[in-house]
Amino acid sequence: MAKIVAGITTSHVPAVGHAVDAGKEKEPYWAPMFEGYEFSKQWVKDNPADVDIIVYNDHASYFGMEIMPTFAMGIADNYAICDEGYGRRPIPDVEGAPELSTHIAASLITDDFDMTILNVLEVDHGLTVPMSLMYGTPEKWPTKVIPLPVNVVMNPQPSGERCLSLGKAIKRAVESFDGDVKVRIWGTGGMSHQIQGARAGLINLPWDIQFMDDLINQPEVLQYKPHLEYMIEAGSEGVELIMWLIMRGALGDKVNEVYRFNHVPASNTSVGHLILTPKED
Amino acid sequence: MKPNFEPFNDIPGTTIFTIEKAREGFHLNQFCMSLRTEENRKRFLADGPAYLAEWPMTDEQKQAVIDRDFQKMLDLGGNVYFLSKIFASEGMSYVQAVSTMTDMSAEEYQAMMVAGGRNIEGWRSKKERGEA
Ligand SMILES: [Fe+2]
Repeated sequence: MAKIVAGITTSHVPAVGHAVDAGKEKEPYWAPMFEGYEFSKQWVKDNPADVDIIVYNDHASYFGMEIMPTFAMGIADNYAICDEGYGRRPIPDVEGAPELSTHIAASLITDDFDMTILNVLEVDHGLTVPMSLMYGTPEKWPTKVIPLPVNVVMNPQPSGERCLSLGKAIKRAVESFDGDVKVRIWGTGGMSHQIQGARAGLINLPWDIQFMDDLINQPEVLQYKPHLEYMIEAGSEGVELIMWLIMRGALGDKVNEVYRFNHVPASNTSVGHLILTPKED
Repeated sequence: MKPNFEPFNDIPGTTIFTIEKAREGFHLNQFCMSLRTEENRKRFLADGPAYLAEWPMTDEQKQAVIDRDFQKMLDLGGNVYFLSKIFASEGMSYVQAVSTMTDMSAEEYQAMMVAGGRNIEGWRSKKERGEA
């Protein structure tokens, strides 16, 4: 049986990717943030997995406005890296997990989640920046990846309830796969940030910390938080945090908090990062 | 369920990219998407008006692009992730571009971020601020 062994959440700020690519991790502006990921880099080495399901959003990098899937899943062998306007990041392509992703996608659709299926996909900073944070700058990424893009850009976004339920369905899908595969699930984006309008630069760290607490301890309550509250309290782009609920749903009822990190700011964003593992009872 | 976009109008200094705004901004945003190749970025930077003439955008949308008036582009249906392709083509960072939508200089904005960002107090509601 395949198994979800850990959950990882992290912000996915594009400037962090540029800092890694330019080797700026030790510069005074960046050092305190990158130091917060040192524990995690070691932890993922000590606790390896075969496949990472990475829940993220595309930022008008691959998807234009022709097609805007609410939930999608990549089932390809390989994912190239987008040119987001600055040129392609100098990082390796991302290797897919076609067998497992095909199984999960089929299971989710059978389970009433109307996934859009992606046989071709290029991935952007939403997916690659978390990988750079956890894995550094390898010549080849250490795991296979299943990208799970969510629309958080255009309102209405999927509800918190739907996101948590999707996570639960992912757990069922993974556990019904024959084969001894260790899987991690990642929820990316957030935390509080707003990158548009006169209110740009909004950061609400107390709200972010409460969100983390609730995600860990009472996701069944947190799922009902309306999007309007995310927008007001965590900024217009803070609504990305609904993707963390998908991660949480896939971990089961109770979790162990392995690691937590907060840092303000990276670029315009409040950075938050968690490592959780399912608590077996 | 009936969609309700009305409450978004009370958030100060914020334009929520709804499905309705997306319809209005479709061609503006698609123009932005075209700037994902080096070839198109070069053509756009060499002659903006000529490049924009190839797109069925409104004159107002085109003028906002030429003026690099990002707030105006948001008002006309643009979304910041799409608009980022414009400032990326000029090698501008998010912080630099985003600061132009506020009442601060890029330096002042950056200093605010380093000091912990914009405090939410006073920024929750237009009604509270006496703007509505
Ligand atoms: Fe994002």
